[in-house]
Amino acid sequence: MRQYFACIFVPDFPVEALLRAEPELRSQSLATLEGKTPLQKVFAVNENARRAGVSPGMTKLQIEACSNIVLRERSLLQEAAAHAALLDCAQSFSPRVEATGCNTIVLDLAGLQPLFGPLPKIARALARRASDLGLETSVAVAGNPDTATLAARGFSGITVIPEGKEANQLGSLPVEVLFENSTQESARLLETFSRWGIRKLRDLAALPNVALSERLGQDGVRLQALARGATSRTLVPVEPRLIFEETIELEYPLVLLEPLAFLLGRLLEQLCARLEARALATQELRLCLELDNNNGATGAPAHPGRQSFHRTLRLPIPLLDSRTFLKLLQLDLKAHPPGAPIVMIQLAAEPVRPRSAQNGLFLPPAPEPEKLELTLARIAGIVGEDKVGSLRLLDTHRPEGFRMQHFAPEPCSPQSHPSTALRAGSDTEKNNSTLLFPISSLSSSVSLCLCGDDLVTALRIFRPSVDVVVTIQDGKPTHITCLRNKAMQGEILWAAGPWRSSGDWWEKEGWAREEWDIAVQAETGIALFRLVRDRLDGRWFLEGTYD
Amino acid sequence: MSSLPLVSTAAPGRFVPVAASARSMLILERLAAMPKLAGVTPASRLEVRASPQMVSSGIRELDALTGGLPRGCLTEICGPASSGRTSILLATLSAATQRQEICALVDISDAFNPRSAAAAGVNFEKMLWVRCGMRLQKSPQRHRVTENKIEKPVEQALQVTDLLLQSGGFGLVIIDLGDTPLKMARRIPLTSWFRFQRAIEHTATVLFVISQAPCARTCASLLLKVSGKKLSAFSSQLSAETSPTHAQFLDGLQVQGELLRSRLERKPAGSVATAFATKVG
Repeated sequence: MRQYFACIFVPDFPVEALLRAEPELRSQSLATLEGKTPLQKVFAVNENARRAGVSPGMTKLQIEACSNIVLRERSLLQEAAAHAALLDCAQSFSPRVEATGCNTIVLDLAGLQPLFGPLPKIARALARRASDLGLETSVAVAGNPDTATLAARGFSGITVIPEGKEANQLGSLPVEVLFENSTQESARLLETFSRWGIRKLRDLAALPNVALSERLGQDGVRLQALARGATSRTLVPVEPRLIFEETIELEYPLVLLEPLAFLLGRLLEQLCARLEARALATQELRLCLELDNNNGATGAPAHPGRQSFHRTLRLPIPLLDSRTFLKLLQLDLKAHPPGAPIVMIQLAAEPVRPRSAQNGLFLPPAPEPEKLELTLARIAGIVGEDKVGSLRLLDTHRPEGFRMQHFAPEPCSPQSHPSTALRAGSDTEKNNSTLLFPISSLSSSVSLCLCGDDLVTALRIFRPSVDVVVTIQDGKPTHITCLRNKAMQGEILWAAGPWRSSGDWWEKEGWAREEWDIAVQAETGIALFRLVRDRLDGRWFLEGTYD
Repeated sequence: MSSLPLVSTAAPGRFVPVAASARSMLILERLAAMPKLAGVTPASRLEVRASPQMVSSGIRELDALTGGLPRGCLTEICGPASSGRTSILLATLSAATQRQEICALVDISDAFNPRSAAAAGVNFEKMLWVRCGMRLQKSPQRHRVTENKIEKPVEQALQVTDLLLQSGGFGLVIIDLGDTPLKMARRIPLTSWFRFQRAIEHTATVLFVISQAPCARTCASLLLKVSGKKLSAFSSQLSAETSPTHAQFLDGLQVQGELLRSRLERKPAGSVATAFATKVG
């Protein structure tokens, strides 16, 4: 079976790299500039600008005469991101991918036809995937990598060159297509071709091989083989590192969060599209903002230059939803504002395998992970980050011996669910659970109930604790007085204690206390409190109430 | 529209009333043909709302009294301090987390005790704890972390509850108004309770509120009042003045529950009571 190769080529690559971040400029005339300010020259232009008469090499002053030309600085970071996106696009189809140039990718199509269909369909799918990643490309399919590359450079859109028709198809292309970059050598060869009257590849292909070799050497023979589509070489596949980073360099510093969210949304969409192309998700987003200290709110340039602002968003589960990410970043930035105008945004995602969960018909309801993350972030905005989450008990007898942590419930598995266990007839009596009564006519459901003997008296904690004045008689408290709350004072009807405990005496935060359970006659009845004396400072306080 | 006669004419100029049943039939047909009433379902044909699914509260006596806690409904338990509200809360939380349901506790006065919850068997991995009322803030002068009391913890709790219920998927959402002064709890507008109740309707969420006195009013499908029964655990020792205090123990609470309202049954709830005991974990 004959081997085929596809080439993905991005015309006007520097411009396309900028258009990924600003797609609304696609319909306008756009030119990218390179160089330092007085000597800035046009580096690349899009088709609209080319029609308007702008060409690479013109100075900024020259093109300012043309109206409606949008000028942007060339961004190497954005070009690197666009090249990575192009590689992701190719890698999502084939593992054998060659990075021929920053704007040219060749991939081996061996074995893809049973998966994706005939060659034109594969080429269209490649172009569509690249378009999803924000790049307008030309895709060509041919029997060898060089022919595919030449066809992609020469023809716009989709081109499929059948076997044996390479010379015919390539013949109509100009000889300039053979030279990717304009170097001194290429200029010399082009001048020679021009003097010989050779304009098209078919003219070059028709020249006698030996005579061409005598005049231009091996370069001439190689160019003629390219023009005939008769080269043969091995693909040099690359294995790019999985780095998912997107960057935007801003023309003007951003001060408000709203336009920042707009740009973040674009970056996140591109990142998610790239991750999706690789069938990956992310569990960690790293945002890096370069801040312009010179334009700080304080006015005076205390620290001239730029300063970086980093935020990392860690998720308990792998997600791939740009809207969720955007909302989370917005909430995070609202809670932790950068504090200075932003001149560059860099967003990176740590790739992980996507989450796979087996749902069950009989499993209890659980919040959707995306919604839960957003809800937690919103709640953290209301009560504070350290006031929401699940708790973990610490291995200590110290009061308040627990730690708050991010709430990330494990998905319920069918095996662990008690209702499943009941149906399966195994472990029915697990965890002191017993099958309860039928709930009469109200419901036909089956419920589980703890044994009544296991009911625990709860202690409600006063945070902060309530200081009291205690009257002691015969070594036990007989009366408490609370200045803060009159409901917590009165004669002690009953007291049990003391129970002494201490710990961490070998550290600076050592503690020693004496606990009493007391009953006090309150207005609404008898109230039960836990009274504590701090043995280190002698302070009496109410720790909580039994309820 | 076709006009239907309400009287029949036996002969020209003489009106004879039709029979009563035929007349009512004619009226009904005419009403049914009117465009305004085309979409109205007669009350006799209205479907009876399905009974909510009931889940265990974790206390056998309470389940026997109330039939369990209804899903998609608001359940309120009220009572004074030391009446056993929080013990019921922990038992309910424990039962729900052992059913592998995701639970949320909106703790308005930040009074939740993790040790008690652990003793009650609460699975903390399934429980989201939202501590309202206090917020850690950094003091810019001394670079010290200080705790500042937030003035409106109830408002915070209402916002948080709204977010939790709108998020969906929680098996149990608890609002702990146990230490909130009655005056503040009663200031919660009825519209908030109504919104919460609408948010959980047709879902599997149990909204559970504990408070000092009923505050959800008509929005609560189940209202239970608890009170500390005679504290028999130590009452016998009250008279034993001579016994040393270290020889005494707080065994637990005797809790009496009274069902004040239940919308789950057609018959009025009346005042049905039960009693159960808790023990110190």
